[in-house]
Amino acid sequence: MKLKLKVWRQKNRKEKGKLETYSLDNVSEHMSFLEMMDVLNEQLINDGVEPVAFDHDCREGICGMCSMYINGQPHGPDRGVTTCQLHMRKFNDGDTIYIEPFRAKGFPIVKDLVVDRGAFDRIQRAGGFISVNTSGNTQDANLTPVPKKDADKAFDAATCIGCGACVASCKNASAMLFVSAKVSQYSLLPQGKVEAKRRVLNMVEQMDKEGFGNCTNTGACHVECPKEISLENIARMNREFLKASITSEK
Amino acid sequence: MSKSAILSSSIAKKWWMSLTGLFLCLFLVGHLLGNLQIIFFSGDEGQRVFNEYAYFMTHNPLIKLLSYLTYFSILFHAVDGIILTFQNKRARPIKYAYSKPQKNSSTPSRYMAILGSAILIFIIMHMSNFWGVMHFDKNMPLHTKNLVRPDSSYQKLYLTTNGTFLPVEQVEINNKTELIDKELNLKIGEGYKDLHSLTVSFFGHNKTNKGFPPNKYAYLAVILYVFSMAVLSFHLWHGFNSAFQTLGISHEKYNSALSLFGKIFSVLVPLAFASIPITIFLTK
Repeated sequence: MKLKLKVWRQKNRKEKGKLETYSLDNVSEHMSFLEMMDVLNEQLINDGVEPVAFDHDCREGICGMCSMYINGQPHGPDRGVTTCQLHMRKFNDGDTIYIEPFRAKGFPIVKDLVVDRGAFDRIQRAGGFISVNTSGNTQDANLTPVPKKDADKAFDAATCIGCGACVASCKNASAMLFVSAKVSQYSLLPQGKVEAKRRVLNMVEQMDKEGFGNCTNTGACHVECPKEISLENIARMNREFLKASITSEK
Repeated sequence: MSKSAILSSSIAKKWWMSLTGLFLCLFLVGHLLGNLQIIFFSGDEGQRVFNEYAYFMTHNPLIKLLSYLTYFSILFHAVDGIILTFQNKRARPIKYAYSKPQKNSSTPSRYMAILGSAILIFIIMHMSNFWGVMHFDKNMPLHTKNLVRPDSSYQKLYLTTNGTFLPVEQVEINNKTELIDKELNLKIGEGYKDLHSLTVSFFGHNKTNKGFPPNKYAYLAVILYVFSMAVLSFHLWHGFNSAFQTLGISHEKYNSALSLFGKIFSVLVPLAFASIPITIFLTK
């Protein structure tokens, strides 16, 4: 199939970027979107143009590296998939495809379609962990019983790959779905209860510092999330935050 | 207690939005039930019931407290909303060239600030039309009744708060509502402000107006009112349930019932409000 691509080109963080138009012939419908980008880059290199920088790693939908805002949606038009899992059969011959980076103050552009999602790492570092003894005498995992339902919900929250599609899709560039998933995956388990108050307060504080917007419950994040993380997590975090901010000693 | 978390965190700003919003929903119910009296009672009885109700609403200390809480909630909800909106705009300095928000979110949820601003404009107009006149207009007429004499001439009487009638010629009005005996120069009663006639002449066809100039633009007032109620409906459509989510009130057992209640509330309450000026326009 033949495609017209409008790709965001930006040299670095400081320079202004703009959309460039490229034509691409002979795109197979069996290609993934990233493979199509590889073909585009090969063509650009042959033409003596600098290839488009974009993030990718595992190419099997679990690492959360690939980003891209494709035709007005993060990770493109398909539901519950990352860009690497998006196939060209979702598009038609002759289509024009807009490809932009994830846009948010908290995700500054590094180059072209690559954005710096270090803010998520800093939020995670602020409290997204539990303190356990790892010096050789670790406890047996089954020693602490966990109700199946709680374990399932914690696992569902933990499937968040931190890709940032929630921020990219939110009209307020809010990171609430990501942060709430990371809060929930611990707060539902007995091992996470010890640091629960400190965790939610610190993670939300860091989230606010990073310049993400406020949640207005539009639900766009859940719809665009490749792992379909539930909005229930946001309600849980709101609850935990209320409890912690009233009862914490800090 | 964590001070910064309660006062300045993003989540706390949203709690205040939810709490004031839900309080204003309660206010809507009370305001609606009170105002519906204007179409459920007719004639002299309707006028008396509504003006007595208006007197109660402006004199009961508990209601006064609630009204201050309502003014505060409206202002807080608006200011907090403006702050949140500006913060949210700042969170994405460069907009997408091409975006399809309709693919992942409902239309009202994306336009809450615009809907809210329209409602604020409506509240200002609405309060200057009724609340302002009721509280500050020196010429706000009192509740009067025409007594038909056997020779079919009229005598105009003031209704007082203790239920008796005083002939208009005998008294003069002091401090907007005090009925003073002309000869003795003594307060002999307190009148009711005629909010009923103000409302009916504002939206109606001027058949029953008492001391009010006819409103040539009644149809425009009705159209604007109904439009504002449609805006309110969209605002509530997202806001009602969103408030519960923000407060962390979410449970798979109750969510669908709560969501259904929110949808019914957001349609029914504005619809009932809109029925009041429409009924007045068509019947009075």
